[in-house]
Amino acid sequence: MRYAMAIDTKKCVGCSDCVVACQTENNIPIGYSRDWITETVEGIYPGLHLEIRSERCNHCENTPCVRTCPTGASHIIEGGIVKVNHEECIGCGACIQSCPYDARYSHPEGYVDKCTFCDHRINNGQDPACVSVCPTHCMYFGDLDDPNSEISKIVSARKVKVLAPEAGTKPQIFYLV
Amino acid sequence: MKTTRRDFIKISSMGVGGLALSASPVLGWVPGFLKIDDVIPDDSKVKRTPTYCEICFWKCAGWTYTDEKGKILKIVGNDDDQHSNGRFCPRGTGGVGMYNDEDRLKTPLIREEKDGKQYFREASWDEALDLISKRLTEIGEEYTRECIALFTHGSGGKFLGNVLKAFGSGSISAPSYAQCKGPREVAFIATYGKGLSSPEPTDIRNTRCLVLIGSHIGENMHNGQVQEMSEAIDNGATIITVDPRYSTAASKSKYWLPIKPATDIALLLAWMNVIIKEELYDKEYIEKYTFGFEQLKNHVKNKTPEWAYGITTIKPDVIRKTAREMAGAAPAAIVHPGRHTTWYGDDTQRLRAVAVLNALLGSWGRKGGFYMSEKLHLKNMNTPEYPKMKHTWRDAHPGKYMLADLALASGICDATIPSVDRECSYKAWIVNGSNLLTTIPNRKNTIEAINNLEFMVVIDTMPAEITGYADVVLPECTYLERYDMLRTSKHRKPSVALRMPAVEPKYNSKPDWWIAKQLAEKLGLGDYVPYNDITELLDWQLKQIGSSLEEMQKIGVKNIDREYNDLYILQGEEHEFNTNTGKIELYATSFQQEGFDPLPNYTAHPEPLPGFYRLNYGRAPMHTFGRTTNNPNLTDLMDENKLWVNPKVAKEWDLSNNQEVWLENQDGVVSTFPIKVRITERIGKHSVYLVHGFGRFDKRLKRSYGKGLDDSELITNVMVDPIMGGTGMRGNFVTFITEDPKLKLVGNKARKRNKSGNSAKINNKQA
Repeated sequence: MRYAMAIDTKKCVGCSDCVVACQTENNIPIGYSRDWITETVEGIYPGLHLEIRSERCNHCENTPCVRTCPTGASHIIEGGIVKVNHEECIGCGACIQSCPYDARYSHPEGYVDKCTFCDHRINNGQDPACVSVCPTHCMYFGDLDDPNSEISKIVSARKVKVLAPEAGTKPQIFYLV
Repeated sequence: MKTTRRDFIKISSMGVGGLALSASPVLGWVPGFLKIDDVIPDDSKVKRTPTYCEICFWKCAGWTYTDEKGKILKIVGNDDDQHSNGRFCPRGTGGVGMYNDEDRLKTPLIREEKDGKQYFREASWDEALDLISKRLTEIGEEYTRECIALFTHGSGGKFLGNVLKAFGSGSISAPSYAQCKGPREVAFIATYGKGLSSPEPTDIRNTRCLVLIGSHIGENMHNGQVQEMSEAIDNGATIITVDPRYSTAASKSKYWLPIKPATDIALLLAWMNVIIKEELYDKEYIEKYTFGFEQLKNHVKNKTPEWAYGITTIKPDVIRKTAREMAGAAPAAIVHPGRHTTWYGDDTQRLRAVAVLNALLGSWGRKGGFYMSEKLHLKNMNTPEYPKMKHTWRDAHPGKYMLADLALASGICDATIPSVDRECSYKAWIVNGSNLLTTIPNRKNTIEAINNLEFMVVIDTMPAEITGYADVVLPECTYLERYDMLRTSKHRKPSVALRMPAVEPKYNSKPDWWIAKQLAEKLGLGDYVPYNDITELLDWQLKQIGSSLEEMQKIGVKNIDREYNDLYILQGEEHEFNTNTGKIELYATSFQQEGFDPLPNYTAHPEPLPGFYRLNYGRAPMHTFGRTTNNPNLTDLMDENKLWVNPKVAKEWDLSNNQEVWLENQDGVVSTFPIKVRITERIGKHSVYLVHGFGRFDKRLKRSYGKGLDDSELITNVMVDPIMGGTGMRGNFVTFITEDPKLKLVGNKARKRNKSGNSAKINNKQA
C-alpha cells in the first residue's frame, strides 16, 4: 500500500477550495493551513505560461522530518502517510526546518501540524477532503502499489513532475503537466 | 470505534448506504468507493441538514453538518444536485464564515437624531417594523405607493417583492440586471426569443470548442460551468480565450487572443465573415431555423480579418484559424455569452454578435452547444390579486430602454433624483442584500438619490456600506439559519431543492420570510401571506408535486423527468422560436422596430490618455465581491485585492511589488484607500486590473475595512446602453498616485470624502 496524490495542472484553476475544505474538515484555526496554492508564471506578454498547483505535505518516502524529530512524534503509518502525534510533539520545529516543501506549521496550541491525507476519511472509504471537494476534479488520490488504481493509471499515462526532486525525498505528490 | 481499512472494504461490499445513511431511507443509492462525501461519522452525533448556497446566485445544493452542540462543522455538496454535482466551490465550502462573522448585524437599528447628531439606536423588531409600516403608509398617502422601490439580490427578495406588490408598487429591481447580465438577456431574447438566465444552459461538458470572450471561467467560480470546463479539458476540447489579460482560462486555452480592449465586436464580425465566406456555417440549420441570413452575409462581407486586425491587434491568420476551429467543432461549439456584460454601452449589440455567431455554428439547441433547459413550476397558495399599478419605473424614462425585460436598478436610482420633466420620483427604498453604493456605478449619483429619499430600509446580514445610509436597518439571518422558497431553477432536468435551517438564527436576526410576513400584517396585507410558518407553504407546494417537506428534509434535492421537450433540438425537427418571425433572428426585427441596428456594428471607444490605464476589474474564485470580503474563512484565502501592473508600466512609474499606490481616474476622483501593486506579465501595457469587492469603507466591517481598493468608486464614466439601459463600466481610466493624497490635501474636501458611509450620510443630511 502506497498512498499518493496526483494533481492535474491542466485543470486546476487555483480556486483554493482544497484549502478551505481542509480547514473545515480538520478544524484548522483561521490563519493557518495544511495546503495552499502556488502559481508560476513564465514568459513575457503575450507569450506566457501559467502553472497553478495545489501543494501540501508530499508524504515522502525519504523523510527528513521524521529523521530530525527528537521525540518520535513525526512518524509514518500504513500506506506511507507521514503524521505527527500531537501529544508527543514538543513544538521544537526541527521538522519544519528540515522540510523542503515548507509543508508544516506551528499550531497555536503548541504542536506542529500538517496534512494527514485525511486518514480519518480514508479509513471511512472517502477521499481526502481536498480531493472530494475539488470542482475541477483535478486531484487524484489512491494506492500507487495497485496498478489498477485510478492514480496508478493516470501517473503512468501522463507526463508528471514532482517538486524539489533534488532534495532526494522521493515525494508522493505528482503534478500532471 | 476505529475502523481499519480492511474492515471498511468488507463493510462496503455489503453496502455503505445501510451503514452510513440510515437516517436517509430515500437515498437508496450511494456513490461508489472513494467518492462518497455524505458519510456521517461513526459517533453519529453529527447531523446533516439540506441547504442551497446563498454565497452566489449559482445556488448549489448541499448539506450542512452540525455536531451535537449545534456547531456547524462543514458544508458539502449534494451528489444529486445538478448545480454542484456534490462539490461546492471555495465560497460555498467557506460559507460557514458568513454565519460565524462576528461583524454581522445583530439587532434592528433605527436612525435617530439628538442635538443635531444622528446615530443608530437598537430597537425591537416590533418597533422597527411598526415604524416601517407607518412610514411606508404615510409616503403612500402623501405621494403614491408606486414611489416605493425594492432593490434585491438573493432569495429573500421574493418575499419582500410580494409584499411590495400587494402594497401597490411593482418597482422591484436587482443590480444583477442593468449592472451585469441584462445586455446578454436582451440580445438572446432578440435572437432566440429566450434569455439565458441562470445557470446558463451551456452544454460545456459535451462541447468540442469553447470560446470565452471576456468570460473568465475559473476566476468566476460558477460551479457547474467550472466543473464542465474541466470535463471539456479532459475530453480534449479546444478552448479559445479572448481577453486582454492572461486569465486563468487563457492559461488553459489552445488559443489566447490578447485583444485590444473594447474591440470585441470587430473580432466577432470578422469571425462571422470567415465562417460565411468559407461556407463553414451550418447550412441546413441556417436554412431551417433562421431569419435574415442574406442581410447578415451582406453586413459582414467587408468585415475581413484584415479589417479587424487593425482594430483588435489580433492577426488575420489567428482570426481565420480560430474561426475554422470553432466551425470544425460545430455544432458542439459554444461562444460563451459571459455574465458581467455591461462594458462599453454597446453591450447588447456585442452580445447580439455572440448570439448570431452561435447561430451560424448551429449550436443553439444542440449537443455540445446550448441545451434546452427545463424548470419545475410550483403552484402557489391562493392570495388576493395584486392592485393594478398605474406607474412603473419606465414612466421615469419615457420612450427609453423599451427592450429591457426587467427593471433597471440604475434607472430607479436616477428616477429618485427629482427632475422637472418627470411626473414623480421615488420617495422610499427597501434594499435587501444589495450594497447599492458599490453595485451601481457613479456613487455620487447614488448618494444624491439616497439624500432625496424620505425613507430607506436596508435588510442585510452584514453592515454593508448601504446600511449606514438607512433610516431603519433590519438584520437578516444567514441562509444557514433559515428556510427559503424552494429552489426550482432550470437545468438539464427540472429539479427542486430545499434550504432549511441547520442552526437557530444567531443574535436577534430573522429570516426574510418572517420579516415580510410581519410587515404584510402590519400593513393590513396579511391575506397575501396565507401561512403562519413558511414550512406550511413549502409542504403544501411539495405535496402538489408528489413530495413533502419530510421527504425533502431527508434528500435535499429531487430531480424530475423532463416533461416538455428533448434536451436538444433534433436534426430536422420543427421548432418555433419566440421571436417576431418565429425563427432565430440573425437580423433582429425587434431592434429594427425600436430604431436600433438590426445587425451589430463595431464602433470605436475612447482610449486612455498618456499616463492613464484602462481600469479593468473582475473576480477571484474565493470571493463573491463584497458579499464575502469580510467572511473570516474566505478572507483567510484572500484578504485584499492587488493592482495588476505590467512590468514595463511598473518600470516607467518606478513601482515595485507590494508598493502601495492610490488611483486617480479621468474625472479627478482619487481612491479612498491605496492598493498594493502586483507586477505581472499577465496584463498588457494599456490596462490595470483588480478584483472587485474590496476597499470596504464602513468601519463596522472590521476585517475588511480599508483592505485593498474599491474599483466602483472610480467608475464615474458610465456608458449607458441605449437599447436596455445597462451601465457600461469599462470606460474608465486611471493613473497612479504614489504618495498619500490625504497628506497633500490637508483640511480640504478630500478629507470629508474619506469618511465612512455612515458619517458621510449624516453630513449630507445636515448640509
